[in-house]
Amino acid sequence: MVYKKTPLMTDKVLSYCPGCGHGTAHRITMEVVEEMGIQEDVLGVAPVGCSVLAYEFMNVDMSEAAHGRAPAVATGMKRLWPNKLVFTYQGDGDLAAIGTAETIHACNRGENITIIFINNGIYGMTGGQMAPTTLEGMKSSTSPFGREADIMGHPLKITELIAQLPGVYSVSRHAVHKPAAVRKAKRAIRKAFEDQLAKKGTTFIEIVSNCNSGWKMTPVKSNEWMEEHMFPFYPLGDIKKDGKLVK
Amino acid sequence: MTEEIIIAGFGGQGVLSMGKILAYSAIMQDMEVTWMPSYGPEMRGGTANVTVILSDERISSPIITRYDTAIILNQQSMTKFEHTVKPGGLLLYDPNGILHPPTRTDIRIAKVEAAKEAAAMKMPKGFNMIVLGGLLKINPLVKTENVVKGLKKSLPERYHHMLADNEKALMRGMEIVETVHDL
Amino acid sequence: MEKEIKLMKGNEALAEAAIREGVDGYFGYPITPQSEVLEYLAAERPWLRTGMVVLQAESEVAAINMVYGGAGTGKKVMTSSSSPGVSLKQEGISYIAGAELPALIVNVMRAGPGLGAIQPAQADYFQATKGGGHGDYRLITLAPSSVQEMYDFVHTAFELAFKYRTPAMILADGAIGQMMEKVTLKPQKERLADDKIKELYPWATTGRKKDAERTFITSLDLDPERFERHNHALQAKYKKIEENEVIVEMLNVEDAEYIIVAFGTSARVSFKAMDLLREEGYKVGLVRPITLWPFPKKEISQLAEKVKGILTVEMNAGQMVEDVRLAVNGRIPVEFYGRMGGMIPSPEEVVDAMKQKLIGG
Ligand SMILES: Cc1ncc(C[n+]2csc(CCOP(=O)(O)OP(=O)(O)O)c2C)c(N)n1
Ligand code: SF4
Repeated sequence: MVYKKTPLMTDKVLSYCPGCGHGTAHRITMEVVEEMGIQEDVLGVAPVGCSVLAYEFMNVDMSEAAHGRAPAVATGMKRLWPNKLVFTYQGDGDLAAIGTAETIHACNRGENITIIFINNGIYGMTGGQMAPTTLEGMKSSTSPFGREADIMGHPLKITELIAQLPGVYSVSRHAVHKPAAVRKAKRAIRKAFEDQLAKKGTTFIEIVSNCNSGWKMTPVKSNEWMEEHMFPFYPLGDIKKDGKLVK
Repeated sequence: MTEEIIIAGFGGQGVLSMGKILAYSAIMQDMEVTWMPSYGPEMRGGTANVTVILSDERISSPIITRYDTAIILNQQSMTKFEHTVKPGGLLLYDPNGILHPPTRTDIRIAKVEAAKEAAAMKMPKGFNMIVLGGLLKINPLVKTENVVKGLKKSLPERYHHMLADNEKALMRGMEIVETVHDL
Repeated sequence: MEKEIKLMKGNEALAEAAIREGVDGYFGYPITPQSEVLEYLAAERPWLRTGMVVLQAESEVAAINMVYGGAGTGKKVMTSSSSPGVSLKQEGISYIAGAELPALIVNVMRAGPGLGAIQPAQADYFQATKGGGHGDYRLITLAPSSVQEMYDFVHTAFELAFKYRTPAMILADGAIGQMMEKVTLKPQKERLADDKIKELYPWATTGRKKDAERTFITSLDLDPERFERHNHALQAKYKKIEENEVIVEMLNVEDAEYIIVAFGTSARVSFKAMDLLREEGYKVGLVRPITLWPFPKKEISQLAEKVKGILTVEMNAGQMVEDVRLAVNGRIPVEFYGRMGGMIPSPEEVVDAMKQKLIGG
């Protein structure tokens, strides 16, 4: 694949493991900002997770939040600058474990922000611990014998939960491991940003991604594994569209 | 006796586990040990180093800036640590990838072609044991039999079939190590 | 019996000590540089060994409240984290202290403020010893400086926590958590049976017995007069702890002209600095507070009568030095040397600081 580099990505070398989906997700987010020509009106929020340094890579004004608090930080920004486009970029531990309350309540208030949620089923940053989205039976450093739902809980479909909230305008799930999927994800981010500018309410984009380091696989194998195991449990596609649940 | 050692190279060269085996070997002969790794994001593929201190007495600082022995396995580490060896101390290195070999004359210098030898033996994982063998030949800090015991203790049961190979690598290191500069 | 000796990381030693101490429950959330505690427990599966409960919580806030819940039922429970996570636990710790519950909280400190850095620091001294949460409470604070102490202090902390029905903290740092040393393990202790807990801890909520009064756990009292009495009772308890539970190590103080005061990793560095200074002929001793609260005021005050000066060495901007100065009360110079941001002072830096600030002074 050959990409034209967007000036909205800095020249810093990405700190991600080779083959990790974070880099692509960053790039398409910034490409959308570039293509919409809204760079001066964008404020981003970085999480705590592997993408904690997103503010080093995305060449727009950004703020680094405490672990899990990005939706609250974004709420503060958006309420005070209602005409800015505000987005958060968060991992599954950040969004669906420590930050569950902030996520649900920002969405429930219908905060007019866009949440980009990278679900790799693990805590990448801290060395591969179990995440709320870790699949049953999946191994991690804190579930070395595989996730046992009866003592560790079930994998959390936070995205489906979010979709139930009336303040949420659109929810969809994507991937960035193949060119066609990347194009789709990018279109969805663009639509979400446009809806935000039209003040429609919360827009929520999940990207199911790999963590080859945390999963202890080669990048290629991790993408195969993702298609085989993650997609059946976290199916791609629209979950809520233009304010209506998709059945 | 107190021996303060730094082992420095790339992550993935087995730097940390080599330090661990050395530490376990010393425990086998009732010594006190401290194993202090550099930790942090730089471990992802970058350089890795570990300080190992062996002593008959209670060990004081795990953080030190001068060493009795430096085991150096890449150029970055050579640049960083050559000058930290105490006068009269030992610097052991693998010349593979070293652009600027050590030049000091007030320390002992030895080299062990561990990377080359590990490849020749078709035992890439035996690299660090070859280096350790080289060290123990020049400076017998711990008894070889205790290294074998220490290895057994530090390796999980499921790797015990590799013990014989590791021992072979250790012995090979003892054979091929060369003194470059003596005092 | 032959001694059971292992080479372990500080974090692993702490986890193994928890199992062998007969701890009933551990609740945690991953954070560098202490994630090995939960990882070790997950791999050891102590629920099969002793019945100990281990749970990865959704956050540090949840973890400390799980501890509050478990402690109120008389069980031996603990949590561990590192600086940013311990900040989140402060509300819960205040409640645990207010409700007078025994519990162990472990902080393997990293550099702050904020998200900071994952390298070791000692900048949470104030937070631990001066009440990091709201209200007038104290936290028994133990500062290990070796992996063996990481192991041993689990026992010490629970002993004190149950003796006084108050939370205790092990305040370590990233270096102690990550380094490996030789650890002598102790035999497995049995967890207390439920009936024993009911017998020993009548204050615990274990179910109201027929014809008996119920118990409840709370930190709330809407009657200010009564609540002031509760506060007085807490203060009386803290006074007793200050009088009876100070632990301090003193090395080479008999003939010392100068003293270094340091805890945890800084104390290890200072130990070496002391040796180096003694090699040069300077009479230097080391005072290592092991309980940071209660602080060894008396011991330091007595030394101030006979030495010429004190250097406090910390991995922060100067926190414990305030307690040293209070103990010395202006009688002799008290100087400070510290590093921040995840940097650890080297023994040579401490030697230079001692010479420049005191000896040469
Ligand atoms: C209060 C607090 N607790 C814990 C941490 C440690 N921590 C950093 S990132 C992270 C989880 C990261 O996982 P995820 O959000 O899934 O993102 P990924 O790294 O997988 O992209 C944790 C637990 C922290 N920084 N702050
Ligand atoms: S640890 Fe996982 S999520 Fe983090 S950069 Fe590496 S592959 Fe990506």
